[in-house]
Amino acid sequence: MPVTFRIPAPLRPFTAGRDCIRLEGCPATVAEALAELWAVCPGVRDRVLLEGGAVRPHVSLFVGTEDVRFTGGLATPLRDGSEIAILPAVSGGRAAEASTPPPGDTGRRSGPASLTSPSARGRGGGI
Amino acid sequence: MPSVRQVAVKEGDVLLLVGTTKGAFLFRSDGARRRWEAGGPHFPGRAVYAMAYDGRAGRRRIWAGAHSMHWGAGLHASDDFGRTWTNPEAAPIRFPEGAGVSLKQIWQIRPGRADDPETLYCGAEPAALFVSGDAGQTWSLEPGLSEHPHRARWQPGGGGLCLHTIVPDAADPQRLFVAISSGGVYRSDDGGATWRPRNAGIRADFLPDKHPEFGQCVHKIAQHPDRPRRLFLQNHFGLYRSDDGGDTWVDIARGVPSDFGFPLVVHPHDPDTAYIVPLESDGFRCTPEGKLRVYRTADAGASWRPLASGLPQRDAWECVLRDAMDADLLDPAGLYFGTRSGQLFGLSSGGASWELIARGLPPIVCVRAALVGAPRALRGPRGAPARGRPRRAARGRR
Repeated sequence: MPVTFRIPAPLRPFTAGRDCIRLEGCPATVAEALAELWAVCPGVRDRVLLEGGAVRPHVSLFVGTEDVRFTGGLATPLRDGSEIAILPAVSGGRAAEASTPPPGDTGRRSGPASLTSPSARGRGGGI
Repeated sequence: MPSVRQVAVKEGDVLLLVGTTKGAFLFRSDGARRRWEAGGPHFPGRAVYAMAYDGRAGRRRIWAGAHSMHWGAGLHASDDFGRTWTNPEAAPIRFPEGAGVSLKQIWQIRPGRADDPETLYCGAEPAALFVSGDAGQTWSLEPGLSEHPHRARWQPGGGGLCLHTIVPDAADPQRLFVAISSGGVYRSDDGGATWRPRNAGIRADFLPDKHPEFGQCVHKIAQHPDRPRRLFLQNHFGLYRSDDGGDTWVDIARGVPSDFGFPLVVHPHDPDTAYIVPLESDGFRCTPEGKLRVYRTADAGASWRPLASGLPQRDAWECVLRDAMDADLLDPAGLYFGTRSGQLFGLSSGGASWELIARGLPPIVCVRAALVGAPRALRGPRGAPARGRPRRAARGRR
């Protein structure tokens, strides 16, 4: 039985619309399977991995029903017929709000900066 | 996902590119700028922090940096006003694998000079400058800045360590300015090979040394093409002008309710005129006194006056972010800004009062105004020559 990938809808522009990719080889680990996937569908790679090769923080890889975060990461072993699902982590939508401030919002929020606010310097309101 | 409404853009239209935390919207109007047709959302669910229009060399190209929390930040282009977008297999903006950092966000897309129509710039987080010499087909990291010895000491602000502003000098093709939060202003005089901090006179209230060589949290800089040695700067506390190409800066925060704010736009036809939106303190970041006001100087910062007509002046605790204001190139020029509350305002055709163009948008983080091609001949109500003539169309800011 070949190893297969389940592809989420946002990545299907890079799999010719296919939701399932069957690998020809017999990868022993998730990392090997991903390398085979990149060879077939190179556009998926940059959406799943960061530049340094780590899986993006809000992308989940499951082998069967197990999240590879808890089974050895990319070294997670595969069996004949393993199914790997690429899924957007449920944390993503929430984290988008929490961890990515809008672009203008780059100033320091607390501590010394707040002490130097106009009001703290007696410059607030109506100057 | 929502269906995307398209706009029918014509030659001579004014186009507003509006990036929000949940996608991009396009607004079009003829040169009269009285009625606006809305399109979008493009990239629904993605944060579009940076947009640009490239009308050089006969193009009609829109650029957008769209960030997905799951799949990362992508750079996309459209040559048909949003009906289709490029989605290249390999991410065009990416750090080298051995760099030890990953792209978090695209903060700025900036076409190069009009006489260099194949060059584009892209500002990224973590702070880095990417350059394309083939109209955006391929991009490369500018090593002179990414390997700068100061880099390790730049500190992220609340939005991350971002290179958010790129200003190709209007006079000198070898000169380029960037602004980094929190690194300050850097200038290259050799086409990007080397960079020097240009922050003399700019405060850093949050550091023990209030006037360091670098490390300031500069929010926006802007240059007028008719007087390129002059730049205006909105700082994290502080409003400045330079008349020597950024070598020195003088405080011009006289007559404003707060010297804190994000956007700064120069008038496209008058180097003495600039616009800001003061916010009350970095701890609050809302419009002072609950009044939404744009402030204008017409004397290079010697004095500032509010432009409040048509804007809410009661219980308006608004915020306008660094790239959420822009001007078009027509004469009289139109000025536009968007709020975090999703309201889009315009002051067009020399009108005295702001008009609400749209409400109910997601939080607006980017507004770019563009003139599409050559302006159409418009006729006034009595057959008078039209308003909305272009000026300096060949030099264009974007």
